[in-house]
Amino acid sequence: MLLGFLLRRGVITVVLLVGVTLVSFLLIQAVPGDTMSATLSEQALQDPEIVAAYRARWGLDEPLYVQYLVYMRNVLQGDLGVSQQTGRPVLDDLLTYVPATLEIALPAMLLSLVLGVAIGLYAAVKHDRAGDHAVRAGTLIGLSTPPFWLALVVLYVFFYLLGVSPSGGRLSTWIVPPERVTGSVVIDSALAGRWDAAWDAIQHTALPVLVLTVLTVAMLVRFVRSAMLEVLDADYVRAARAKGLPTSRVLTAHVLRAGLVPVITVSGLAFASMLSGTVLVEQIFSWPGVGQYAFRSASALDVPAVLGVSLFVAVVYTVVNLLVDLAYGLIDPRIRLS
Amino acid sequence: MSQILSIENLAVTLQGDQRVIEDISLEVPEGEIVGIAGESGSGKSLTAAALLGLLPDRSQTSGHAWWRGGAEPRDLLTLDQRSWNRVRGREIAMVFQDATAALHPMLTVGTQITEHMRVHLQLSRRDARRRAVELLDRVRIPDPEASLRSYPHQFSGGMRQRVAIAAALACQPRLLIADEPTTALDVTVQAGILRLLEELRAETGLSVLFITHDLAVLAALTTQAYVFREGRVIESGATEELLFHPRHEYTKTLVAARPQADDWDEPEQVAR
Repeated sequence: MLLGFLLRRGVITVVLLVGVTLVSFLLIQAVPGDTMSATLSEQALQDPEIVAAYRARWGLDEPLYVQYLVYMRNVLQGDLGVSQQTGRPVLDDLLTYVPATLEIALPAMLLSLVLGVAIGLYAAVKHDRAGDHAVRAGTLIGLSTPPFWLALVVLYVFFYLLGVSPSGGRLSTWIVPPERVTGSVVIDSALAGRWDAAWDAIQHTALPVLVLTVLTVAMLVRFVRSAMLEVLDADYVRAARAKGLPTSRVLTAHVLRAGLVPVITVSGLAFASMLSGTVLVEQIFSWPGVGQYAFRSASALDVPAVLGVSLFVAVVYTVVNLLVDLAYGLIDPRIRLS
Repeated sequence: MSQILSIENLAVTLQGDQRVIEDISLEVPEGEIVGIAGESGSGKSLTAAALLGLLPDRSQTSGHAWWRGGAEPRDLLTLDQRSWNRVRGREIAMVFQDATAALHPMLTVGTQITEHMRVHLQLSRRDARRRAVELLDRVRIPDPEASLRSYPHQFSGGMRQRVAIAAALACQPRLLIADEPTTALDVTVQAGILRLLEELRAETGLSVLFITHDLAVLAALTTQAYVFREGRVIESGATEELLFHPRHEYTKTLVAARPQADDWDEPEQVAR
């Protein structure tokens, strides 16, 4: 049963990835502007020999479908091409930038889940009373705050006014970065036994994590609240209370369990978007993550890099969706056993 | 015969001054099955909810509900949260109309039968499961051992209601409130459940407050009955007397309006 499910999902995933690469490949061709003029200097563009050499070097003289097939063949061999901007293989670039994004996205997601579920459940239990109103007002503020503005405000307060936090980057300049193992500065420092560096790196993650968390929590709380409100009205919750179970058990074993499915769906999407689209937050905290890489590649029309990022985003969404579907099965026996 | 429950002039007002129960007095003798009949909105289910402290938030009650099934007589309407959790499930248990909705879809049958045993009776996991097997066997669930690990959706409607009854009986309550437990079931399955309830009463001395809108069920199962209308008791007495010689106009209408008049003489008779 599980095997069949994974097989089905595997086929869907492959189709999806081919589709994404094709669409992003075509879209980037349709963008007005030319990779050559973005890369070559004004003078070099005047020289037909250089232009021809450039086109031959990057395969731009081939028809479009050949370019795509060549690209796909390379991708399947783990070769995402070379970034025209950094001059390094795109795969290496991604392996540098993705861990940086993960370093803030993972803690932010975990925090958001814990806080979102706790606050959302609290609001649902206090339905239409003071606590609920306060939470709803809070989420409204959280949701309507632009992330870049919030990032600037927390920088102003914690860095400028209070001086308790670094201004940006992943590590203070006077600290020698640890040897790269996982790509996470915090973990790599800890692995090297350099606790001062690890602590410094954690301090650098604090503000970006805070900003990402505020936004995600606000959204999660709303979902959790409405999901739990529905469950609280269910007969099986009344039945659980009629059994004389302590409130804590009714809420955790019965209410949370049943309301978790929609929450997981939203969390998956929130995490995927955090991994792929936190450009503004990364920009303000000088955080060398995927968002920044994508932004710079796109503005330089760096085709291999843009395609690489698109592929990465597609992989993230499909993997997260797969995990979400597996989680459904774990939580709900009706899905698992049917 | 002693009354295990005496409701005296119960009145319930929901949030927004909506008076849903005007004045209800009712007695449940120990070891008997007492019926409540009435159309929807007559206050049957809210009376049950009041007896378990499960009225909607911000409801107001007046009157008394003297409960003599515990260590000492207590007025259920004055209990605080902690005392409630000792009465609910332990002394008074409830079976709901729709077992499909009243069983948690994501918890195993075993969990749902044992969780309150472990709280109320402080049983170990093993002892609770052993007792759960006995209970499932008692309510005639085939292969009780395997059923413990099954989920509600793997059972038929009638079997689910049996599971719900087993869960309700887990802590050996003195009173079972059954709120239309057979309405969602077809007739043959319904007869089986009614027979089960009567057996339980006869064998364990369980008192049952049986809520229904089905007069045939009332006749088959109960000895005493109350007819509710618009939050009041309009007629009460021995069930047969009440159904065959109704005095109140409303009861007469109810009796006359029952769907199949020809079946009246042969409702699903329960072995007494």
